[in-house]
Amino acid sequence: MTAPVLEIDGISKRFGDNLANDGISMALAKGEVVALLGENGAGKTTLMNILFGHYVPDAGSIRIDGVELPTGTPRAAIRAGVGMVHQHFSLAANLTVLENIMTGTEKLWRLRSGTTGARRKLLAISERFGLKVDADARLGDLSVGEQQRVEILKALYNDARILILDEPTAVLTNIEAERLFTTLRDMARQGLSLIFISHKLDEVMAAADRIVVLRGGRMVAERKAADTSKAELAELMIGRRVTRPVREPSAPGAVVLEARNVGVRIGGVERLQNVGFSLHAGEVLGIVGVSGNGQAPLARLLSGTLARTSGDLLLYGQPVGNLSVADVVDAGIGRIPEDRNGEGAIGEMAIWENAVLERLPAYASAGLVDRKAAMAFAGAIIEQFDVRGGNPASRTRLLSGGNMQKLILGRNLSQRPRILIAAQPARGLDEGAVVAVHARILEARKAGTAVLLISEDLDEVISLADRIQAIVGGRLSPPVVAEQADARQLGLMMAGDWDNGSEVAHAV
Amino acid sequence: MSTLIDILASAGLWAAILRIATPLIFGTLGALLSERAGVLNLGIEGVMTFGAMIGWLAVYNGVDLWTGILVAACAGALFGALHALLTVTLGLSQHVCGLGVTLFASSFSYYVFRLAVPVAGTPPTIIPFQPLEIPVLSSLPFLGQAVFTQTAPTYLAIAIALVMAYVLFRTPVGLAVRMAGENPHAAEAQGVNPMKVRYGAVIVGSALMAVGGAFLTLSAFNSFFPTMVQGRGWICIALVVFSSWRPGRALFGALLFAFFDAFQLRLQTVVEGVPYQIFLMTPYILSIAALAIMARRARVPQALMQPYRRGER
Repeated sequence: MTAPVLEIDGISKRFGDNLANDGISMALAKGEVVALLGENGAGKTTLMNILFGHYVPDAGSIRIDGVELPTGTPRAAIRAGVGMVHQHFSLAANLTVLENIMTGTEKLWRLRSGTTGARRKLLAISERFGLKVDADARLGDLSVGEQQRVEILKALYNDARILILDEPTAVLTNIEAERLFTTLRDMARQGLSLIFISHKLDEVMAAADRIVVLRGGRMVAERKAADTSKAELAELMIGRRVTRPVREPSAPGAVVLEARNVGVRIGGVERLQNVGFSLHAGEVLGIVGVSGNGQAPLARLLSGTLARTSGDLLLYGQPVGNLSVADVVDAGIGRIPEDRNGEGAIGEMAIWENAVLERLPAYASAGLVDRKAAMAFAGAIIEQFDVRGGNPASRTRLLSGGNMQKLILGRNLSQRPRILIAAQPARGLDEGAVVAVHARILEARKAGTAVLLISEDLDEVISLADRIQAIVGGRLSPPVVAEQADARQLGLMMAGDWDNGSEVAHAV
Repeated sequence: MSTLIDILASAGLWAAILRIATPLIFGTLGALLSERAGVLNLGIEGVMTFGAMIGWLAVYNGVDLWTGILVAACAGALFGALHALLTVTLGLSQHVCGLGVTLFASSFSYYVFRLAVPVAGTPPTIIPFQPLEIPVLSSLPFLGQAVFTQTAPTYLAIAIALVMAYVLFRTPVGLAVRMAGENPHAAEAQGVNPMKVRYGAVIVGSALMAVGGAFLTLSAFNSFFPTMVQGRGWICIALVVFSSWRPGRALFGALLFAFFDAFQLRLQTVVEGVPYQIFLMTPYILSIAALAIMARRARVPQALMQPYRRGER
């Protein structure tokens, strides 16, 4: 093995009472892909922010090619060849791709920007690594995947030899993520060294040469990808043995929600067409598909924030018109929205306020909010659903993604809803939180709730759903029974090929 | 109808437009630069007043006119530094600090003026900038009268608009300014210090505002009175939005507003039976209408009015 390009030695960092990094040491070789695996709050991002100069460590040192890197200045890190792709992109939506990339790369008082040379250099890099992008496009007009490409190109443009990616797949669809990892492997082959932060076991196993596991701010293990397994990594990451909950057989009850030939048109575009399904009490119906195929309109339609343009909807056997949010809440439909920060909770408001917002009349008398009852309700959710990191009065923004999701779940499930619409309920959560969310959904199913699970994650759908329908271009496939479906067949269905997919078993 | 055409065809109207537009061009460019870097500067009204006062006072005390402009610019820069200290270093609300600067600078102007010039029946005067004779151009028929009879600061204002457009869109420092106003975190991650950039933009921007004020006392008029800025600063703030934060369009916007203003002044004299206050209102009403149309497509700098605090996401 050649000398490491990067050595991290005994890095410690404390934020208040929280020891975010505790004596972490690791090394990175040329052409190597290392995954930094850990749950949210394990200290991965802190470590990488120290490496990139955003934070100053309390102790420890970093060496690049054997030369010590001054801490606390991104400029020095960039000059030493470190590039960082942030989870929340460091880009400006109103500037062009080229402008985003060129910022800070020239002497400030030059009389003219060298755009021609910069464009040529960008083009050369984008060809070398297969990262195609339009240099003159306004950044805000690009898709999230393309924006990430710009972020990577920006690092490469600064001649980065060490690339750090903070949860690069958190914002990507499955297909985009696969493409990204192909690109990253190719970069490593061309001599770059990469560290990517992740809490997803699948991608860590698939893309990394070596895996460094962090837990509670400490490095707990280091494994070669070839010598370990998902089960071992999960245990190392969480610190105890965890298994995702499994569905027990159950007898579904009556149909509670039925859609017949439902269509939704938005701005002249058919977002949903001829959608039909029937949802039984005590079952989980999984709607699987690649993102952007109509999942969002479907969830919004059933949550009362979107009106259908055609078709019938039957609730508990009765035809219903267009539902308002209040109708939906009154009908006992619980909702877990896809965008938990945007639609699920209001970050600047207190936990108790978020807990009661959708059923405020029940917590109000004479025009005043019954704060005491609302606080008690929020307290009960926090206790029963193991929401950590806040009390009823603290601001919701301070909760981690997983804990916010538990709050939203608790707010819905504590009311014993008859129907639960769960859109991407485990997206972006760490393994521990995924297990908790899945367990709660299965518990609700056992208690007789009808669950409509909309997800892009095939494994999630297979493990939770009784029956599965694919959503493609706003249409739903016929349902298949989960036990009789395999990943290959579901993959075909997600590609819109459900004549082949559904021949195995139709089940209603 | 024919009176309208007469008004439009008079060289005097077009000369007045440029004269009325000049302080607006300076002020709008100053506010635009500051906002491009992410800092709203509502101190503009007060800074213009102070620039008008201090520039005049300097000249009244014997310095030449260009030194008077320079004195105003330096005073404006100081108020800019104050605004930057409050909004960039301390990260306070830009609205509140800007209004504070306006109130402070306006009152302070009057105070300094009264210390220097005790109450007198007629305000003392200076000899202002004279129209610049440009060989050949000034003697052109119509065009010479309409365009080339301005004082030097007017040409300076137009030149600065062009320079600012070039700097913002063609140089690294301009890109740094825009990045600081769009996403200061990204600027920092690329090794550009957004705090310094914002300081620079606010200080230079305030200097331009003060020069806009000084134009009123050193070119448009020849004396100072405390209410003479008369809301021009606020018009500039609106013109920045109208221009979608582009110097070229800011120039156009200032000229358009000046056109409305010059036009209504002349209408007052020819139309009878309508209270003149109605005409006084028209430029503002038309400005609001123009703003409503233009600003809908405007791309606001994303980090405008957001204080930047290092290490906080």
